[in-house]
Amino acid sequence: MTSQVHNQPTADDSLVACPHCDLLQRLPNLAPGASARCPRCDEELWRNRKDPLNRTLALASAAAILYVIANSVPMLGLTIVGREASTTVFGGVQQLWRDDQALVALLVLVTAIVAPALQIGFMLLIVVAGLRRRPPIWVGTLMRYQPTARTWSMIEVMMLGVLVALVKIADYATVIPGMALFVLSALVFVLAGMQSSFDAREIWSRIEWAEAPTGDAAAPLATTETTR
Amino acid sequence: MSQAALTAMQLGLQSCEVCRLLSRPADASQQGRCPRCDEPLSFRKHSSFQRSWAFLLAAAICYIPANVLPVLTTKTATGADSDTILQGVVLLWSPTGWPLSLIVLVASIMIPSAKIIALGYLLVSAQRRSARNSEQRIRLYRTVEFIGRWSMVDVFVDTFTAALIQLQPLMSVEPASGLFFFAAVVVFTMLAVESFDPRLIWDAASMSEVQHA
Repeated sequence: MTSQVHNQPTADDSLVACPHCDLLQRLPNLAPGASARCPRCDEELWRNRKDPLNRTLALASAAAILYVIANSVPMLGLTIVGREASTTVFGGVQQLWRDDQALVALLVLVTAIVAPALQIGFMLLIVVAGLRRRPPIWVGTLMRYQPTARTWSMIEVMMLGVLVALVKIADYATVIPGMALFVLSALVFVLAGMQSSFDAREIWSRIEWAEAPTGDAAAPLATTETTR
Repeated sequence: MSQAALTAMQLGLQSCEVCRLLSRPADASQQGRCPRCDEPLSFRKHSSFQRSWAFLLAAAICYIPANVLPVLTTKTATGADSDTILQGVVLLWSPTGWPLSLIVLVASIMIPSAKIIALGYLLVSAQRRSARNSEQRIRLYRTVEFIGRWSMVDVFVDTFTAALIQLQPLMSVEPASGLFFFAAVVVFTMLAVESFDPRLIWDAASMSEVQHA
């Protein structure tokens, strides 16, 4: 049973602790594109991205389209002595399942299909809702789990694995790279762009609070709004 | 800086792991929540050492069958042949294929073992409250965090090789029992890294900075 008691926020929201070494410091006002690093452990604390919401929205939409295409067309095929075979990403999961490797099948399903979908879907919802002046509290829940989805989304690792498999199979048969292979390669770069154009601090500074701040604590919100 | 640098914990402030908001516990006797995002708060990740050690130990145990047992079985008209990860690396080695063989060697054999050793060192040095080499150790932590996912390469190689080569009775490839243990090593080391709180690396150094100030 976890408690329902909320902590008291500090009055100044430019005061932060480094997530890697806990050093207390004040974030300076940054020019667009500039970043602030922890003086002790060199962790990047914040980067003031240019136009983060619109750019992330554009890249997340592109990622969603590429994701749908990549999962509906064949990724890899081969021909050998007149026989042909091809597989999609999901086909790989199905074959593992048929070969009694249910847990590995589940891991591939999560890392290659489910986590990327959540990574993109959560980001789309976050930026669309983030366009409001005061993003609702459920955006915070999505922002809580988006990094987890990102950790377990391994499209780029899968691409390397597919390339190695392709060269291995080329010893026995003629390999036919499928359309999904090219779409997935593009998706790797779009996803990297989507993540690096996003500014979590921008959303957190405007979001609706779990416990409405009173008195002093309301002040930082007012100042962030005037500087926008 | 004229005065000694302080950490949030030394001032009794908690930094939210989710939204980074700094806040002060309202009641020291019970765990508080973040007033902004409602996340339960603590000064350091909940039982970080125990959780991280547990996952690391599980990974080290699975590491042995992952390397001893075969990961792929190739069935042809003349018989069946099973390969371990290392045999796969050797098979891939050829005048033209050696770069890929090297990728698999690094991703499947070197990264998992280096990760287990590195994380073990980070845990031991933080538990012994070592104040030395904190900068190098945080860099090691970031490296381990960044490269861990690439060990999954072999799982994907085997998945798609098995999915494509289903040409019975001519030739078929099936995943073998070692693949499960190998996947378990990757998942357990990733969970061990996620449970480890990097701020523990710096706590000893933070203490001595204050004492010498």
